[in-house]
Amino acid sequence: MSALLEKYFTTNVDEVKVWFKAAPIDKFPENGGACVKYKEKQIAIFNFTREGKWYACQNLCPHKMEMVLSRGMIGDDCGTPKVACPLHKKTFSLESGENLNGELDAIAVYPVKVEEGFVYLGFSE
Amino acid sequence: MKTILVIGNGMVGYKFCEKFVAKAEASNYKLIVFGEEPRPAYDRVHLSEYFADQNAERLSMAPRSWYEENGIELITNERVTDIHRKNKTITTISDAEYAYDYLILATGSSAFVPPIPKIEKEGIFVYRTIEDLDATLAYAAKLKAQGGNKKAAILGGGLLGLEAGKAILDMDLSASVVEFAPRLMPRQLDGDASKVLQGKLEDLGIEILLNKGTQKILGDTAISGMDFGNGDILEVDMLLVSAGIRPRDELAKTCGLEVGTRGGILVTNDMKTSDENIFAIGECALLNQMIYGLVAPGYDMAGVAVAQIIGEEASMPTEIDMSTKLKLSGIDVASFGDALNEKKEGESIVYENKFQGVYKKIVVSKDGKSLLGGILVGDASDYSMLHQIFLNGLAIPENPEDLILGSRGGEGASFGSVLDLPDEAVVCSCESVTKGAICCKVEEGVDTLKGLAAATKVTTGCGGCKPMVQDLLDETLKAAGKIVKQNICEHFDYSRQELFDIITMKGIKSYDEMLDKHGKGNGCEICKPALASLFASIYNETANKQEVIQDSNDRFLANIQRNGTYSVVPRVAGGEITPKQLIVIGQIAEKYDLYTKITGGQRIDMFGARLDELPKIWKDLIDEGFESGHAYGKSLRTVKSCVGSTWCRYGMDESVSFAIEVENRYKGIRSPHKFKGGVSGCIRECAEARCKDFGMIAVEGGWNLYVGGNGGANPRHAELLAEKIDNATVVKYVDRFLMFYIKTALPLQRTAAWLEKLDGGIEYLKNVVINDSLGICEDLDKEMATLVDTYKCEWKEAIENIEIQNRYSHFVNSEEIDSNLNFVPLREQKMPELWEA
Repeated sequence: MSALLEKYFTTNVDEVKVWFKAAPIDKFPENGGACVKYKEKQIAIFNFTREGKWYACQNLCPHKMEMVLSRGMIGDDCGTPKVACPLHKKTFSLESGENLNGELDAIAVYPVKVEEGFVYLGFSE
Repeated sequence: MKTILVIGNGMVGYKFCEKFVAKAEASNYKLIVFGEEPRPAYDRVHLSEYFADQNAERLSMAPRSWYEENGIELITNERVTDIHRKNKTITTISDAEYAYDYLILATGSSAFVPPIPKIEKEGIFVYRTIEDLDATLAYAAKLKAQGGNKKAAILGGGLLGLEAGKAILDMDLSASVVEFAPRLMPRQLDGDASKVLQGKLEDLGIEILLNKGTQKILGDTAISGMDFGNGDILEVDMLLVSAGIRPRDELAKTCGLEVGTRGGILVTNDMKTSDENIFAIGECALLNQMIYGLVAPGYDMAGVAVAQIIGEEASMPTEIDMSTKLKLSGIDVASFGDALNEKKEGESIVYENKFQGVYKKIVVSKDGKSLLGGILVGDASDYSMLHQIFLNGLAIPENPEDLILGSRGGEGASFGSVLDLPDEAVVCSCESVTKGAICCKVEEGVDTLKGLAAATKVTTGCGGCKPMVQDLLDETLKAAGKIVKQNICEHFDYSRQELFDIITMKGIKSYDEMLDKHGKGNGCEICKPALASLFASIYNETANKQEVIQDSNDRFLANIQRNGTYSVVPRVAGGEITPKQLIVIGQIAEKYDLYTKITGGQRIDMFGARLDELPKIWKDLIDEGFESGHAYGKSLRTVKSCVGSTWCRYGMDESVSFAIEVENRYKGIRSPHKFKGGVSGCIRECAEARCKDFGMIAVEGGWNLYVGGNGGANPRHAELLAEKIDNATVVKYVDRFLMFYIKTALPLQRTAAWLEKLDGGIEYLKNVVINDSLGICEDLDKEMATLVDTYKCEWKEAIENIEIQNRYSHFVNSEEIDSNLNFVPLREQKMPELWEA
C-alpha cells in the first residue's frame, strides 16, 4: 500500500516541467471538487469559487488509503483552505497538505492554473 | 541516593510507583519493585472482563516500558521470602539480597478459602489472578468437551462472586451463586435491595441460593456436588470460591512486625507499620482495625506513604469512604455511607418498583437535615450526586424523598447545581481529584472531557465520575459565559435553532447567501451539512440541489463504504415486499455483482457499487417501481413492523398497514439526525418499537405512542407520549413531535438525546404536542403538511437529469474506473480488501 503513497509528492510551481491539460472548468462544481487521472496518478482538483482559487492534491486519503478526497467537502479552518475526507472527516490543508485535525502525514499538493476555460495541473515529471 | 523496595506489584503497589515518580524528589531515590506474578500490575477490579476476551494487555495498568522510562526496576515472578529488619535487607526466593532505606509492603490479599472438608478436590478454583482465570477457563473447556449440561457454582454472593456468576454464564455453563448470609452483597445491601438484585440476576439465568452453609464437598477426585446438610445437595461440576479475602501478612509476621489477631499488618494513619522504615498499604494493611478491600482507599494509602517518605504531611482520614458503585452484569448497584443504618443515627426512605426492578433507599439524619447513606439497585444514575451530598454534608431538600423521587410538581431539580459542591469535594475517588481541581483546569482553558482526563487523570480509573465531570465542565464554562451559545462552528455565531429561524424569517435560499450575510469565512464540514439539512427541512429541497454542501452520503445519494464504493437501499415500506420485488432486487444485485444483506430495518442493502454505477442501478430499480430508501440521509430510515393482526393470532391491530402509511408519510424528510419508527401489533412488541425514535404499540382501545427511543451506543426506551389513541391522532402527535424536534434539536442530535436534554422532559413535550402549551401546534401541523405534500424521490430526479448524472464519474477526464478497488471473496459473495492495521 505504501507504494501507492510514494507516487505522490508535493510539487512547487517553480519545479513544474509539465502542465497537464486536465479538463474544462465546467467539470468542477463551484466550491467542490472532482478527480482527474494523470498517468498512474489520481489527483483531486477543487474549484474554490468563494476565494476565486483552484487547488489540487492527491486523491488518496493517507488514513485508510482510499481514493476519495475529491468527493470531500471543502472549507476553511481559521482561514486555511481545507478538504475533509468523506470517510472519516480527516481534514487537510489545501495549501500545505498538512493534516489539520490529527497526526497523519501531509498529503501531496500540486499547482493548478486555468487558461482559456481549461484547468491545468503542474507536475515535475 | 536512597533505595525504596516495593514488595507487591498489584494495583496499589503500582499506584505507589506512579505517585512517587510524579514527585520532584523522586530523582533522589532508587525504586525497585518485586512482583510475584509473571506480569506487571493489572486492573483486578475489571478482572471478569478477562473471561470475555482473554486479553491481559487490556487490563494492564502500565507496560514494562513505563517502569523503564521512569527509572523503576521491576522484577516479576520473584517472591520475596524474608525481611531482615536489623540490617535493612530482604532476600528473595532465588536468594538474591537487596538493601533498603524504606520498604513498602503492598502484598495485597489472597482469596479466602473456607475450611470445608474436601475443598481441595479437582475442579475448585479461586478468583483472584489472571492465572486463576486461565485455570478456570481451561477446566470449563474440558467440561464442555464432555458434552451435556454442565453446572458451576460460585461460593460467595458478594461483589466478586456476582461478577463471576455472569462470567460463568458466558462460558455456557449454568451458574448458581451460593451465599451463607440471608442476602446478596451483605456488606452493602439490605434485604429488600438484595431481593431486587436477586430478581434481576435470576432473569439473566443465574440461580441464587441464600442461607446455605456448605458442610462438605462431594465427588471422588473431582467435585460433583456441594452438601449443605440435611440432605440438601447441589450437583455441580465446578466451583469458583469467592468468599472474601485474607491479607497477605506472612512476610510481616515472620520478621516480627505487629499484625492483627485476625490478620493484617498493623499500621497507623501515616501508613507506617511498627517499624518506622516499613510501610504497609492496600489490602494487606490493617488500619483502624479494618481491612479496606476497595481500590480507592488503597490508592489513598499509597499517596500517604509517598508523602511520608519525601517528608510531606499526609495521613489517612479517620472516616474512610467505602462507597461503591458498580455494574453487575449490566445491573446498576451502588451503596454509600451508612447504607444499612448500622449506627442507628437516621431513618430511611425507600422507593421500590418491582415492575422495573428498581430499589432506592436513603438514610437521612433524624433531624431530616443530612444524608447519611443509601442504596441504589437497578438505577444508579443519581449515585454521583447523592454520594457528593453525603461526602460533603450538603443541605438536602425540605422533603428528603425528592432526592430519590425527583421534585414532583415543583420547579427545578432536587439536587441543585454541581457547582454548589464545595471545592474540596472529591469527584473522582480513584484518582482523588477534587471539584476545585477540575474547575480550576476548566478556568485555565481546558474545555473538553479528554483534556481534563489528560490534565488531572479524572475518568481514567473506573470511569464512574464521567457524567459528573461533564456536568462540571459544562456548568463551569456556562458560568464563565462561554458556551451559553451553542455555536455550530467557527463560521456561524449561531446555534442550529437560531440558524433555522434566520433562514425562515429572512427567506435565505442558499448556503453561500447564508454565509455571506450571517457567517464568516468559507464554511466547513460541520456547518455545510448542518445547513443543508436545514434547507431541506424548511424548503424540502432534495440533496441534489446544493450538492457540494451535502454530507458524504447525501452528496451521491448513497452510503459510502469502507473502500469508497457505495451501498444501495431501495425503500421497502414497513418491511413488506412482494416475491416479484425480491426477484427484481436479486436480479439487479446479480447484474452489478453486489453483496447483499438484510438490514436491521427490514430491507435489503446492496453493497459494492462504484460511483459510476449508481445512476444505472437506480435507473433499473426505478423502472421496476422502487424509490430511494434514504438510507444515506439524516432522515426517516424505516418504520419497522411486526406482521400484526392480518396474520398473527395475537395481533390487536394492523401494524404493517400502519407502518407503511407512516413510513410513506415521513419518507424523505430531512432532520437533525436520522430517525426510525416501529409499529407493533400487540404488547409482545416484536417490532421493538420502543427502541425507535417513535413507536406505536397496539393495545385494547387503540395505539400507545412512544417517543425518544434509541438502540445504538446508548440504548434508551422510548417514553409514553399518549395512550389508546386512534390512527389519526397518532399521526397528528408524531407530526408535531417530529416537527418540534426538527426545529429545535442540535446538529446530529437524535430524538433520544434531544428529549433527555429537553427541560421538563416528556411531560413538557406532552404539553407542547397534546395541549398546545406553546400555541405552535397549528404551525407545526402546517409545516409538516408542506413537507409531506412536496415529497419527491431524489433518485428519480437524479436519473432524469443529465447534469446530475454527470456527477457520478470517478474521473472527469477519463472513462476508466478506479483501479485501486480490490475485492476478495466472502462466503459466495465479495467484500473489499481489508484495511492495513
